[in-house]
Amino acid sequence: MSAQPSENTLIASTRRPRIRWEWIFVWIAVLALLLLLFFGLRRAQQGPVGIGQRAPDFILTTFDGQQYNLSELKGKVVLVNFWASWCKPCEQEAADLEAAWRFYRPRQDVVFLGVDWTDTEKKALQYLERFGITYPNGPDLGTRISQAYRTTGVPETYIIDRNGILAYVKLSPFLSLDEIKAAIDPLLAGD
Amino acid sequence: MKAVSFINTVLISLVYLSLFYLGVSPTYAQSPTPQPITDDQVNAIAKQMYCPVCENVPLDVCPTQACAEWRDLIRDKLTMGWNDDQIKKYFVDQYGDRVLATPPTRGLNWLIYIIPPLTFLAGMFILFRAFQAWRKPGSQAAAPPAQKTPDDDYAQRLEEELKKL
Repeated sequence: MSAQPSENTLIASTRRPRIRWEWIFVWIAVLALLLLLFFGLRRAQQGPVGIGQRAPDFILTTFDGQQYNLSELKGKVVLVNFWASWCKPCEQEAADLEAAWRFYRPRQDVVFLGVDWTDTEKKALQYLERFGITYPNGPDLGTRISQAYRTTGVPETYIIDRNGILAYVKLSPFLSLDEIKAAIDPLLAGD
Repeated sequence: MKAVSFINTVLISLVYLSLFYLGVSPTYAQSPTPQPITDDQVNAIAKQMYCPVCENVPLDVCPTQACAEWRDLIRDKLTMGWNDDQIKKYFVDQYGDRVLATPPTRGLNWLIYIIPPLTFLAGMFILFRAFQAWRKPGSQAAAPPAQKTPDDDYAQRLEEELKKL
């Protein structure tokens, strides 16, 4: 003897659950926000670009209007120094950087680029004159270069090898000319 | 010679007189003496911006040397005749959007302006639904009373008998 389902049971079984579109929308929005937050925090926690990674490309327009595109400097060792005129530790390494530049300049395969971070042009030019800096320097317009390298302050120095790979990172001032040479020379080995 | 100078004097006098009657007064070249830019003028713009280096410090009250240089830069630009918008654009070009106290409405910055009102509206909607749910028990209380049971009749009769005593 099989039991016949009652009319109420049939209605209940055929009734579909109502889709709450407003709640689906709310949850999608909340998830999207959480994802944004996650990627933002992850980026903030990443720290500077690491050794062995491809160096972020950039174009530096110097104070005298010349343009340097990192991607066009392949085959050369590039030293990128972030500095500011108001930064006291930057003064500590300024003379050594200039001495290193004068040492490597005749080789033609080493390029020094100074990136002036959040500074005024007047003070920056005074600083360059005071320390007799002759290698190319320009402002970090819109802080785009420092953002690409995820710098944490100044001075910071990034040395890029001939293949465009970041080979050396210094998050504090160089203490001597020898220290700078010790960072660059291994990248020129074999020449 | 004296006659020539006399004629010149008469002619100049006539020119002055005619200008006087025409209501035109002679004007003299003014020496360019621009008003010095006050600290209040500088700070009025500086407070619309934040120090690009220090975290969350408005530029008008930031005590660092770098901020003093940026305030000097604002003063220089004001002296050159730049207006607020031109100065702010210059700062954005140099140091990025983060110098602005009010983020520009582009890119992900839109979220800053959209999320608070949306959250407020969502909160209002949730409150509205909650109030609706709270009102339901009240509406049940207002429903017609249930049919009398025999027990109710008995209780009523008992009360009437007790009153007679």
